Amino acid sequence: MASDKSEKRRIHWQKTRNLTIVVLIIWFIFAFVLPWFAKDLNAFTFLGFKLGYYFVVQGSLIVFVLLIIVQNLRQDAIDDEFGSGE
Amino acid sequence: MAMKESDRGSAFLDNLGKVYGFYTLGFLGFFLLMALLEQVGVGAKTIGILFLLFTIAIYAGIGWLSRTMQVDAYYVAGRQVPALYNGMATAADWMSGASFVALAGGIYFGGYPYLGFVIGWTGGYVLVNALMAPYLRKFGCYTVPDFIGTRYGGNTARFCAVVVLVVASFTYVTAQINATGTIASRALGIPFEIGVWFGLLGILLCSMLGGMRGVTWTQVAQYIVLIIAYLVPVIWMSNAQGFGVIPHFSYGEAAQRIAELEGQFGLHPAAESVAGVKVLTTAHFDPKGGFDSWKFVTLALCMMAGTASLPHILMRYFTTPSVRAARKSVGWSLFFIFLLYCTAPALATLTKLQLLDPTLPTAVIGQAYETVSNLDWVKNWSEVGMLAVADQNNDGVVQLNEFFMRPDIVVLATPEIAGLPYVISGLVAAGGMAAAMSTADGLLLAIANALSHDLYYKIIDPKADTKIRLMVARVLLVVIGATAALVASLKLTGILGAVAWAFCFACSGLFFPLVLGIWWKRANRAGAIAGMVGGFAVGTWYLYMVYTGAMEPWFGIDHLRFGIIGMPVSLIAMIVVSLMTAPPDEEMQAMVDEVRDPTGPTILGREH
Repeated sequence: MASDKSEKRRIHWQKTRNLTIVVLIIWFIFAFVLPWFAKDLNAFTFLGFKLGYYFVVQGSLIVFVLLIIVQNLRQDAIDDEFGSGE
Repeated sequence: MAMKESDRGSAFLDNLGKVYGFYTLGFLGFFLLMALLEQVGVGAKTIGILFLLFTIAIYAGIGWLSRTMQVDAYYVAGRQVPALYNGMATAADWMSGASFVALAGGIYFGGYPYLGFVIGWTGGYVLVNALMAPYLRKFGCYTVPDFIGTRYGGNTARFCAVVVLVVASFTYVTAQINATGTIASRALGIPFEIGVWFGLLGILLCSMLGGMRGVTWTQVAQYIVLIIAYLVPVIWMSNAQGFGVIPHFSYGEAAQRIAELEGQFGLHPAAESVAGVKVLTTAHFDPKGGFDSWKFVTLALCMMAGTASLPHILMRYFTTPSVRAARKSVGWSLFFIFLLYCTAPALATLTKLQLLDPTLPTAVIGQAYETVSNLDWVKNWSEVGMLAVADQNNDGVVQLNEFFMRPDIVVLATPEIAGLPYVISGLVAAGGMAAAMSTADGLLLAIANALSHDLYYKIIDPKADTKIRLMVARVLLVVIGATAALVASLKLTGILGAVAWAFCFACSGLFFPLVLGIWWKRANRAGAIAGMVGGFAVGTWYLYMVYTGAMEPWFGIDHLRFGIIGMPVSLIAMIVVSLMTAPPDEEMQAMVDEVRDPTGPTILGREH
């Protein structure tokens, strides 16, 4: 039984880690890449905002909120799959 | 006592929605009453005082009702705080005087590079959620050094974490007490040095009797006040300018109009500078790419990593009932923070437009010097040295580089600039006070708890009984608060500089020891100590060298961003030393596995 439990834990952690990596990649894009290229993005307009400006004052912020919500839903699903009866 | 402590607590927890619903309605009712009093001719001063005293009396009342003699209630609010309310409390804990008072002003004057704060102070929560909060909750610690001390073992590691925590939080808390002093002195008409002590009194009333429990429930109340106070003037202004009820989706055109007007007026430095105030010289939003982008991302990175390592934030997630609730409450936290942070740039934009756009009745730039210098709000703020209008080129017209302002006053002065009734100014002052008080409370508690739990109980006297522990905790709270107020009254640092430093101290010393403690099993005690000492010492050295001018900043990394130097040193030291020394023992590695598994009991006992 002990090895069964540790095997379950290993897979659970693997999935958790993969999810975390995906989240961090998306985070990196909206936190650093888009603001870095704000000058170039400003060539476009969105809702009357210059696009580079939009991301920095609002767009990336919305993405961060959604990112946390989606990550938590995914993580809950992973936990449930491995029988985390909280 | 009519009811037992536990009964009182559960009756309250069952009715949270009702309690805070009534509270919000009550506050709005109070606001309307004040508006009515203003209409019948009660003076602005009286209204300001009433606003401040009324809100502080409520916080103090909540603090009194939350009094406790139980260790887990004092340190982690009994781990009973639902995710939604913990989210609100975290948002208040997080949004300090700097966010409320100084952020929009910073955006007003700082343009693109400054917006790194906005991205940094929101994006940091992605790190908190992905890397820290759920695992620390599973650990079941009371304080952040509690985690370091147990995960790595030994008093040295615990002690290093306490030192970093105290330095970072103390730097931060002086800035907050400074802000409460500023607001109290303006509203009550008392000297700043006395205002500081008045602010401290309010802060201690919330935290001393109830510890974390008292702070939690006052912070929820403070969040409600501060968010109402922030949103009302912006929405009001937006309506007046024709940008709709909710300006957030439509102020893009206002930003473009500002760019136009800035081109027309020209962004020139002042002919003659005036002490303590400055003119607008940075374009509203004009990223230059290259070095400008570098400045943006380095600032954002320091603020994000700092967010994920500041103990007063992390310890909020120790108070939820479960790991899942801890994650959920990070989501709520960021949502509540987002409401203010996406409004700050809107406020900066709309206020600037009020001043610049000649088609608006509130415009001052390009108007006759005679008229502008006689406006009531210009006179009021000029008297206290926070604003200045000078016709330096003698053309009888106020140019953009002849209008001087202290960045910190943009939010506080906005209602007057936009010609809103005084009751709004009173509301904004109460909001600023709530923001500064709630953060100061969280910080003071973080420091006092680390000293009482980690230093006194875990290191000095592990046999101390509950009564003594809680008494030590409270005495420390008062002593540290008084010390912070004393330092604040010396006015050594500005609000914003001190805040950025706190983040850099925290991320230099604590970020990697915390993250790797969960994510890298091989991390051991020697490595963690090297990481904390190395990162913190090198970061502090760099700050000293750059701030005193003894050294030119490397790659434009100035004193606001010294975490960029401290963090890599911490990471490398930690990895190298960990690999050079023996891996942690079986027991330690099993503990890490246990932390990663959301099920099962916490690592540390319910009361420890």
